[in-house]
Amino acid sequence: MKAGWPLLGAALLLPPFLPISDYTLHIIILVLLWAFVYTSWTIMGRFGLVSLGHGAFLGLGTYVTALLWNHYGLTPWAGIPLGVVVAVAVALVIGYPCSRLKVVGHYFALVTLALTEVVRLSIVAWRDVTGGSLGMTPNAVPPESIVALQFTKFTWYWVALGVWALGLVVWHRVDRSMTRSAMDAIADDETAAAAVGINVTLQKLLVTTVSAALTAFGGALIGQYQMYINPDTMAGVGVSLQIVFAAISGGMYVILGPTVGAILTIVLQEFLRVLFGTRCIGAAATIYGIMLIVFIIFMPAGICGVIVARMRKRRAVAAAAPAAG
Amino acid sequence: MDIFLVEAIVNGLLLGGVLALLALGLNLIFGVIDVVWIAYAELVMCGMYAIYWLHTYYGVPLPAAAVIAVLFVALLGVLVHKLIIAPILGSAPINQLLATGGLLFFLQSFATLLFGADFRNVGLRLPIIEVGEIFVSFARLLAFGVALVGMVGLWLFLKRTYIGIAIRAIAQDREVMILMGVDPQRVYLVTSAIGGGLAGLAAALLVLQYDVHPSIGLSFGPITFMICVLGGLGSMIGGFVAAFIMSQIIAIGGFYTSIELSYVLAFLLFIVMIFVRPQGIFGGRS
Repeated sequence: MKAGWPLLGAALLLPPFLPISDYTLHIIILVLLWAFVYTSWTIMGRFGLVSLGHGAFLGLGTYVTALLWNHYGLTPWAGIPLGVVVAVAVALVIGYPCSRLKVVGHYFALVTLALTEVVRLSIVAWRDVTGGSLGMTPNAVPPESIVALQFTKFTWYWVALGVWALGLVVWHRVDRSMTRSAMDAIADDETAAAAVGINVTLQKLLVTTVSAALTAFGGALIGQYQMYINPDTMAGVGVSLQIVFAAISGGMYVILGPTVGAILTIVLQEFLRVLFGTRCIGAAATIYGIMLIVFIIFMPAGICGVIVARMRKRRAVAAAAPAAG
Repeated sequence: MDIFLVEAIVNGLLLGGVLALLALGLNLIFGVIDVVWIAYAELVMCGMYAIYWLHTYYGVPLPAAAVIAVLFVALLGVLVHKLIIAPILGSAPINQLLATGGLLFFLQSFATLLFGADFRNVGLRLPIIEVGEIFVSFARLLAFGVALVGMVGLWLFLKRTYIGIAIRAIAQDREVMILMGVDPQRVYLVTSAIGGGLAGLAAALLVLQYDVHPSIGLSFGPITFMICVLGGLGSMIGGFVAAFIMSQIIAIGGFYTSIELSYVLAFLLFIVMIFVRPQGIFGGRS
């Protein structure tokens, strides 16, 4: 098993060199970028901070970057950090009172839901600048421009692979940190955690900030890659739920869970779209909706969660067998 | 005062009635079963499509179609509870919220599959009434009146009938009521049916004023949750008042700025209120 990882890593370097269609490469890039966003969501979602507001951070990241580029010609190299800063500021403004006043569970979900609608509706209302519901296109320059952060698919693959790996590294670091133990304790019993000396507010804000910053970064990159952004697909309830569901169906307690969720949702969507064509708009999403319900009822730990549990069980059985014999 | 402002306020008032009805249904489910049906507004959409379909394709008169829609959505409510909520009633509350979120996706896309993304209406033109210099649409007036009657009916049901009292009691103390011989499963089913029925009634009132399309739920859903929480869980009066506060913010805000900004204002108020008074306007400290 251990020997398999370098091979897998090497396999990830291959796709751009394989004789695959532009469309396939496009799907792979989308999967990697969205997997990064989903991974970012689980950094807080796994601790019971179920945010329905990540569309807000996604939208802020992507719109700040694109607006600064289109209206002031500011390079995304500066625009993206600014977008991330704005998203983090918003996360703190909402996250601080939430943790101080113990807004959790349903209430936390509804506050973040309101937040994401505030961002979406503000973008729509400010239509003179943002293009409103029609969306906007970052001003295009000939590709392979480092300043404009506009590349061909070949280059984008490496960018997407890089940020995806970055997401996994951050997830792993959080997983191994003291914050993780603290957050587990908080998720279990907030009062007890505070009683043993855990700074509940600080720990919650820490994971919230990291999660919001990465989501905004991912959003900005998705905007740069697609070269088109729209308040309904990059902010608002719709995309927020999309993030939550992909993360849950893949499994939010396992490092590769959100990635599996991204593969599952995007590939399924594309597959059904090709299968049904435009005759049956909605068929794909209908099946997707049923799947989500089934997943949450029967497999709340997601696909990866189930696989990991099976593997642990098998290992435990294998370890116990010789001892018994 | 500006005559158009008065008109906006009157319209806000009339919209408030329907929103109060919706918030009431959601509040009942939230308070009794302790579940947030994120797809509640999508049930309203189902009712609107049912009326549209019965009326346009089968020529069913609107009042009859409305009655069928109320029963149909009540049945949907029961199904939602039986199929989605009941199996996971014991798991984390957030899972129940997310499961109904899956339902939201499903209903929205299923409606797209059946009816397409077009805006549809029942093609009924109700007269506009002129009061002084103000123009009020009869459809809105009717909606307001029926919503009020519906709310009074529910209030009487909860106060006067055995099952109504059981519903209120369960909302107050789940464990003790089981000891008193109340079957919670039966109460949950009745509550879900009433919640669905109220959504059906709201659908019948909204279909007179708005075109139905697959994502109409998103324009009513979030604001209904906000009203429900703003009013305070389990507080019927609170939800009623909150509905009118929210609808006035939207109406007056929309008059001075734009409809989107007025919603932004309403949502921001909601966020602030959660921080300042999490128990709602009239909710007691829990």
